[in-house]
Amino acid sequence: MSIANLSYRAVFSLVLKRDLTIAMRHKDDIINPLLFFVIVITLFPLGIGPEAQTLSRIAPGIIWVAALLSTLLSLDRLFKSDHDDGSLEQMLLSPQPVFILVLAKIVAHWLITGLPLILIAPLLAVLLHLNEQSYGALMLTLLLGTPVLSLLGAIGVALTVGIKKGGVLLSLLVLPLYIPVLIFATSAIDTAALGLPYSGQLAIIAALFFGSLTLAPFAVGAALKVSTN
Amino acid sequence: MWKWLHPYANPEVSYHFCGKLIPWLSALSLLLLSTGIVWALAFAPADYQQGDSFRIFYIHVPAASLSMGIYFGMAIAAFTSLVWQFKLADASAAAMAPVGATFTAIALITGAAWGKPMWGTWWIWDARLTSELILLFLYLGVIALHSAFEDKALAGKAAGILTLVGSINLPIIKYSVEWWNTLHQGSTVSKLGKPSMSVDMLWPFLFCFLGFALLVGLIICIRFRSEILTRNSVRPWVKSLVAEHTSSSKVAENK
Repeated sequence: MSIANLSYRAVFSLVLKRDLTIAMRHKDDIINPLLFFVIVITLFPLGIGPEAQTLSRIAPGIIWVAALLSTLLSLDRLFKSDHDDGSLEQMLLSPQPVFILVLAKIVAHWLITGLPLILIAPLLAVLLHLNEQSYGALMLTLLLGTPVLSLLGAIGVALTVGIKKGGVLLSLLVLPLYIPVLIFATSAIDTAALGLPYSGQLAIIAALFFGSLTLAPFAVGAALKVSTN
Repeated sequence: MWKWLHPYANPEVSYHFCGKLIPWLSALSLLLLSTGIVWALAFAPADYQQGDSFRIFYIHVPAASLSMGIYFGMAIAAFTSLVWQFKLADASAAAMAPVGATFTAIALITGAAWGKPMWGTWWIWDARLTSELILLFLYLGVIALHSAFEDKALAGKAAGILTLVGSINLPIIKYSVEWWNTLHQGSTVSKLGKPSMSVDMLWPFLFCFLGFALLVGLIICIRFRSEILTRNSVRPWVKSLVAEHTSSSKVAENK
């Protein structure tokens, strides 16, 4: 079967599998951002003091800020190696729509970095004495919010992938865009701690998720075309 | 319908058009700003509550609204360049970004200077201040991306994409920040609120606002011209301009 005749679903799963396989062979790419996440979170009690009350007050913010930073750290691998060895250019030249290819790569990135982060988050929440009522909200906001981080971050990586020292620039471009997710996620967790319904905040994060899911791949595609020139 | 616009896609025509605008803009903005600022600082009545310190309003508010207006202009330019592949739009966006960042910084600094006597603190995590700060970050991101690329055409495209992403995000950020603030603490600022202004305060404000807007137009025109020149430096019309300029300065030296 020639590659031009592949269905969208087949293309999507091909790219997804390829990226997951590559990630599995470089396990440090998965583990290092996670370690970073854990270490950043352990730094806060050391810096602020071990009082359970203070920690549980600031736990949502710390977990979310650490999640933002570790996502930022892992973003670089999204397009970098493909750009360096030229396979990114080949993907863009293929007859398949860029939207599908880009989406598959972002989903793979989320599976590699977002999902482990969600799995380890409750453990860290215990360390930070997060309010017991907030665990559900923490998990749900991470589940809806981390894909947004991957999607928006992909735009930043796509813009900076052709630049030699893109790392610092990437954080300057991407972090301001992360602010709404941070605000609504922490506010949902705080509201849950008071025993109030937080479905409003969740709905907004879900809206951010679907909005970026439909729009971000187009921006990423356009940015990649600029970067590969 | 849009045919009258077509000649301006030629860099040379745009360059000379901006050159013709510059004296008008500089004369008008000088006139308006000098009368407006003297009027505002010396003759407009002092606020009954805030005294003379409210006069910083005449610089703060124009700077703040222009900082958002310039971003809007940049977004339009980026959109035009992406959709119609209109290269000069990139140059104009590149010309606008540092001006916008400067006005955002002016708005923040004058806001802090105003906040100190009024609220007793330089900074407050008020929704408006926070979103203005984030606007500054967005501007700095666009400028940093511009300078990261060596190829100006690529830089313009990349910065254009970022500008558009930011323009979609900006309202979301603005509303989320407002909501964040009202959720976390009672609004301490809205008590000060925006007093409806009396007419003798409003007129100098309009003068100042229009003066600053024209000043922005002037700076953007000057920067736009130099952007055009650097992007077209190999074109014959630029070379002949340079030759003309050097020969006329030589003539002046000989005299």
